[in-house]
Amino acid sequence: MIVAVASGKGGTGKTTVAASLAAKWPGPLVAVDLDVEEPNLHLFLKPKLSGIETVTLEVPDVDEEKCTYCRKCAELCQFKAISVMGRAILTFPEMCHGCGGCMAVCPEGAIGVTTRELGVVERGVARGFIPCLTGRLRIGEAMSPPLMRHVRAAMVREAAPIEADIVIDAPPGVSCPAMSAVTDSDVIVLVTEPTPFGFYDFSLAVEAFTPLGKPMAVVVNRAGLGDGRVYEYCRERGLPIVTEIPYRRDIAEHYSRGLVLAELDGAMGERFAALCRALKQRAEEGVHA
Amino acid sequence: MREIVVISGKGGTGKTSITAAFAHLAENKVICDLDVDAPDLHLLLDPHVVRREDFHSGHEAVIDPERCSGCGTCLGMCRFGAVLEDDGRYRIDPLRCEGCKVCVAFCPEGAIDFPSRHCGTRSVSDTRFGPMVHAQLFPGQENSGRLVSELKKEARKLAGEMGRDLILCDGSPGIGCPVISSLSQANLAVIVTEPTPSGLHDLERVASLCEHFRIKVAVIVNKHDLNPDHTAAIEELCRARGYVLAGRLPHDTVVTEAMVARKAVTELEDEHFGRRVRDAWTVIQGLLNAN
Repeated sequence: MIVAVASGKGGTGKTTVAASLAAKWPGPLVAVDLDVEEPNLHLFLKPKLSGIETVTLEVPDVDEEKCTYCRKCAELCQFKAISVMGRAILTFPEMCHGCGGCMAVCPEGAIGVTTRELGVVERGVARGFIPCLTGRLRIGEAMSPPLMRHVRAAMVREAAPIEADIVIDAPPGVSCPAMSAVTDSDVIVLVTEPTPFGFYDFSLAVEAFTPLGKPMAVVVNRAGLGDGRVYEYCRERGLPIVTEIPYRRDIAEHYSRGLVLAELDGAMGERFAALCRALKQRAEEGVHA
Repeated sequence: MREIVVISGKGGTGKTSITAAFAHLAENKVICDLDVDAPDLHLLLDPHVVRREDFHSGHEAVIDPERCSGCGTCLGMCRFGAVLEDDGRYRIDPLRCEGCKVCVAFCPEGAIDFPSRHCGTRSVSDTRFGPMVHAQLFPGQENSGRLVSELKKEARKLAGEMGRDLILCDGSPGIGCPVISSLSQANLAVIVTEPTPSGLHDLERVASLCEHFRIKVAVIVNKHDLNPDHTAAIEELCRARGYVLAGRLPHDTVVTEAMVARKAVTELEDEHFGRRVRDAWTVIQGLLNAN
């Protein structure tokens, strides 16, 4: 099964929950960081790095000898990545989405392929037995979805032979990257905090993810802080709150030292072991629903 | 005219609470929420909408099943996995479609429509702190940065018309397209971070992005007393890279109390946290004037 940990608002505790699930998961697991802009899961699981793969996107490389400046490529391109001005053709590789349209439409076969580096996928093993994958966007690269697609393909290859479950640390927000991080999952864990910002972004996330028809489970972090609207909302929507993490300074300090919350003490360990079981059950309910 | 963008790399470090306080303190400005994906500034500023418009960006492919012959050309050409086939019937997954038009152009039956994509709304509003430009993307839409650019353009236009000399922007987390768009033409990036491994790691990345685009960086360490070692590491990074340390703010529940009261933290009676935010704002003003 695949568990995606998402949130809407950033900084609510996605990585804390994902790392704790990885630490307490019963059975084989692959831990995947799909927050490629700011990946943090490795800071807590501390995997031993075993490989780095550079991921690139195919972008056009024009052979001006063959180009007749017919403009068909520029007319097709929706991203202003290729343009013809008189008898000059210019490409803007950083704008290119890599759709391959210009290459396919060119009647002269004048457009070949070069590449733009999107970032890397780091592979490692945490605690001697948890394979970890981290997508890391190159600084200055604007587009995260193509790198994320690559990481998602890699995680399936990693998990299949060992029949492992997968925990995904998703990016914040509810736009395209966050959606694509949860589309493969069997259950979505929504981490929120009972503050006005936490609640508002949580409601956006629920709206965004509900049409996917996947079972969802809620973790309320920093419980005791703020107001009670998130509880009311979950009751009204029938969203189960599966765990609460209290608002305590010792928890914040534990996190600030790069330690895994599930390993704070025995009680916290049991709380996350129970969360793992609850999520397995939620995912199964989803299958039978 | 000056532009400040408040960003963080990591989410949840306090960007929006600090931007709201600056909006309270700054004079003669236009406020702009560039986090169009999960915007929160309006929760504190309670904007009264003056003008709201639909936002359209790009197009999406839609297969007309009546005209589709089931040849599968689109499936073979789509590089985004957006064409789904079910028993010889084809359709486009709108979440995966990037609007590249390749399937539309190569469909031998001309069976694929290409309507424009209605992605969200954008607004110009009045707030107790002055005019505000903001937006909301619909869930699942591509956060392409185009909406961010439009909001900045709108804010500049408004500032010009109203004779305002500062644009104060709340940015989004991350380092991708929306953040890159928000940095364009900015005079100063204020990066709000926290003394945790994630805070430090993400600060380094987003500050490198600012350097890449040659944007001056000021850093605010929020919750600085949570971990003195990491705070020292952040300050060391600032010294080594020439970023201005604009302030250190304590770990304090007053930030959440202000949020629940729908106020900027500087509007509360508390002077412990508020005074430090005012000090940080004084440093930032000095940086803007020195430019």
